[in-house]
Amino acid sequence: MRLWRTSPATYLALVVGIALSVFPIYWMFVVATRSNDVVNDLPPPLLPGGELGANVERVFANEHAAFAYGLVNSLVVASVVTFAVVIFSTLAGFAFAKLRFRGSNALLLLVIGTMMVPVQLGLIPLYMLMVRLGWNGELKAVVGPSLVCGFGVFMIRQYAVQAVSDELVEAARVDGCSTFRIYLSVVLPALRPAIAVLALLTFMQSWNDFLWPYAVLDADTPTVQLSLSLLATAYYTDYAQVFAATALATVPLLVVFVVFGRQIIGGIMEGAVKS
Amino acid sequence: MRYSPYVFVAPFFVVFAIFGVFPLVYTGWVSLHDWHLIGDHTFVGFANYTELFADPDFWNAVANTFGIFLIATVPQLLVALMIANLLNRALRARTMFRMGVLVPTVTSVAAVGVVFGQLFARDVGLVNYLLTSIGIERIDWQADRLSSWIAIATMVDWRWTGYNALILLGAMQAIPRDLYDAASVDGAKPWQQFWRITVPLLRPTLVFVVIVATIGGLQLFTEPVIFGFGRMQGGTLGQFQTITMYMYENAFQRFQYGYGSAIAWTLFAMVVVISLLNVAVVRRMVRGAR
Repeated sequence: MRLWRTSPATYLALVVGIALSVFPIYWMFVVATRSNDVVNDLPPPLLPGGELGANVERVFANEHAAFAYGLVNSLVVASVVTFAVVIFSTLAGFAFAKLRFRGSNALLLLVIGTMMVPVQLGLIPLYMLMVRLGWNGELKAVVGPSLVCGFGVFMIRQYAVQAVSDELVEAARVDGCSTFRIYLSVVLPALRPAIAVLALLTFMQSWNDFLWPYAVLDADTPTVQLSLSLLATAYYTDYAQVFAATALATVPLLVVFVVFGRQIIGGIMEGAVKS
Repeated sequence: MRYSPYVFVAPFFVVFAIFGVFPLVYTGWVSLHDWHLIGDHTFVGFANYTELFADPDFWNAVANTFGIFLIATVPQLLVALMIANLLNRALRARTMFRMGVLVPTVTSVAAVGVVFGQLFARDVGLVNYLLTSIGIERIDWQADRLSSWIAIATMVDWRWTGYNALILLGAMQAIPRDLYDAASVDGAKPWQQFWRITVPLLRPTLVFVVIVATIGGLQLFTEPVIFGFGRMQGGTLGQFQTITMYMYENAFQRFQYGYGSAIAWTLFAMVVVISLLNVAVVRRMVRGAR
């Protein structure tokens, strides 16, 4: 599609824009690979150095932050949350898109409404609930509330309306398939692209979650973002160590992004047309 | 067959009832109490709310939250529109450009707070280095209201501008080409086409983007917390304490759950009112455009 001719000025503007969006990440890696005293140099260093290994070692040796534990915890939490959100969203999204039942419109509206409720609103009673259950300080306290994802249900529903063919559902039913069987063998395969995008976005969101883990967990059982903030607030003059930790917390996401970037971009742009 | 649809939607709604509805309602209940430590509470009616509305620290947090929101959102939307417009052409290495624009969104908020905290540091920060090298005096970014707002708004914008640009780009590509062809035949310049065709047709998407930005902006928390080295007070004079930080301070540091819950409900009411206002404004704008 060619709307306007692409001039060198367009490329220049885009390159400047991308330089601005990539620079902080690049800077993070530069500082992470330097020794801390270099950070105070003027002009600042703009090329990576050779201290990455030493800085990473210091991060993992730092008992205050329990960084390795944080990484593992986040991996566990994000995986469980992603798996559960995909299951809940595809079940409900399929029902809303393809099954007729009384009250479905009202329930769908309710789902959309959940997207408007800020996390903060439930913070205090959720905390009380976790204390009563004895879950505070444990990972399951973080997993539970993350399972409510109206966005996932809505997104899968929108996709399923077009992607799952009514004929196929009918044919399977005539062949004697139960609704659950149809969900497994007809619906899930057809939803695969949408599931990929939802899984990626959910994983990233869970990995990056801060406020609720910050409230309900303590320093003994951190997620990676919590470890990072512990480190950043206690050692804020040791930029080399803090930036190495920041890089470690960001690399998994960057890897996911580089591998699946095209799908993520597609998912975001398609969402725009439908909303 | 008769009951099975409900079985499919039930898992979502059960979880939603436990972790969504219950906290929402219970926050309202707690907010009507003087509720200090868990289990120890007395009913006080709307006393928390009257106290809150007379609390200068609360209004300070409201002003900060809205100030940062405005400073962040207006430039963010303009720049996102410009970037989307630049991306909406025949580009070589298209995916690379789109990924480059989106990459800040996938980095974590905590990481953004750390990196920008250093960039805006008074003595060793790159931003001050650039300022002094062109002869401007260095700024103590944390010390002042406006400068701390700008630093925090920069973090928000850096993270979200590209994401919004891609949403707008998606909507731009759905605009039929013939509209532009017809306008070109009539002699409309690209600039005029952009403001007369593209922007009006993007209105629904713009509203969506504005509402999402509003909901996110009113809940601002992580960036200012990490910018202030983990303290909830948001600077020495509370110059960048947001509503959520104030709620957190009251509930989890002073253990005044009732008062904290009143803040939470007030915040929720603000989000709802402003979202409805947005929808109303946009409806009118869209009707006006037809």
